[in-house]
Amino acid sequence: MSPLEAMARDRKIDVRDGQVVANDQYMITTVDKFVRWAQKSSIWPLTFGLACCAIEMMNLVSARYDLARFGSEAFRASPRQADLMFVSGRVSNKMVPVIKQVYEQMAEPKWVVAMGACASSGGVFDNYAIVQGVDQVLPVDIYVPGCPPTPEAVIDAIIKLKEAISKGFVKGGATLS
Amino acid sequence: MNLESSEVKALAAAFEGAVKELPTPYDIPQVEVAASKLHAVCAWLKERGFNLLLDIGGVDYLPRAPRFEVVYHLLAVPSMQRLRLRVMLPDEEHPKVASVSDLWQSANPAEREVWDQFGIVFTGHPNLTRILNPDDWEGYPLRRDYPLRGPRALHSEEAPADRNRFHPIHFDEN
Repeated sequence: MSPLEAMARDRKIDVRDGQVVANDQYMITTVDKFVRWAQKSSIWPLTFGLACCAIEMMNLVSARYDLARFGSEAFRASPRQADLMFVSGRVSNKMVPVIKQVYEQMAEPKWVVAMGACASSGGVFDNYAIVQGVDQVLPVDIYVPGCPPTPEAVIDAIIKLKEAISKGFVKGGATLS
Repeated sequence: MNLESSEVKALAAAFEGAVKELPTPYDIPQVEVAASKLHAVCAWLKERGFNLLLDIGGVDYLPRAPRFEVVYHLLAVPSMQRLRLRVMLPDEEHPKVASVSDLWQSANPAEREVWDQFGIVFTGHPNLTRILNPDDWEGYPLRRDYPLRGPRALHSEEAPADRNRFHPIHFDEN
């Protein structure tokens, strides 16, 4: 055993071909990167369903789609513990104050996914009762097309949101007027 | 067809001139009741076993006159007799009819719905306020002269995305 290998064994340092290749006692990164990694790795959605899209949203955590693979399986019933709001369905005018209050109760950083045609644009409900897109009242990060979108499409939205978070494209959170 | 129901005959005899049997396509007898006599008719029917008010509906028959109609569905338990009352409201500007919420509790929310969507006033109702629409809503959406898109019908040229405060679209002026 060479002196270097003896030292490496004592200090738990990996040595390969006479070079120190890694020290597994610590890693070096930036705080910003680490925080974004933590944020994107466990995005907990809010238990919040509005219409038929909510049925597809419930399927996300079932065995077939298994949202736990992406760290988002824990649907939180309290907005104070949730990071992500799926606006799953049509938003009526009467729902607007409710949805705003729930959004404001969520702790930052927080993200919004407009799931389906109704949440994105009002869909076929071009009438007096329905808000023509939830982006008129909430800042939406990801739009998912479909009527309703398949759970795969929603998983794709979550993966895209994770990418955007880790790259710092979306900060999450806004002050509503 | 007329069902020759004994209840309807007794009702028509008790309220001479205010109750008229209408033909019905189903096996539920229906009668037309004068708006001024509605509360008395309902009290009479409740005494004779119609202890359940299933629903109250409003109808707007524009351009027919009289324009508004209120429809009551009654059920007698346990004899399971059904009866439909139809009340034509003569006043088109301010349609109103007596509330029956003092007879049946279920009339309370049902009458609020009809007032909310059609603007038909139920006199004597304890709490005639909006129930389906937001509290500050203007207009009565299920009236046939109400625009389908509601307040947005006034500025229809605007696309929804133009009003997105968070991601506003800036069109090139050139």
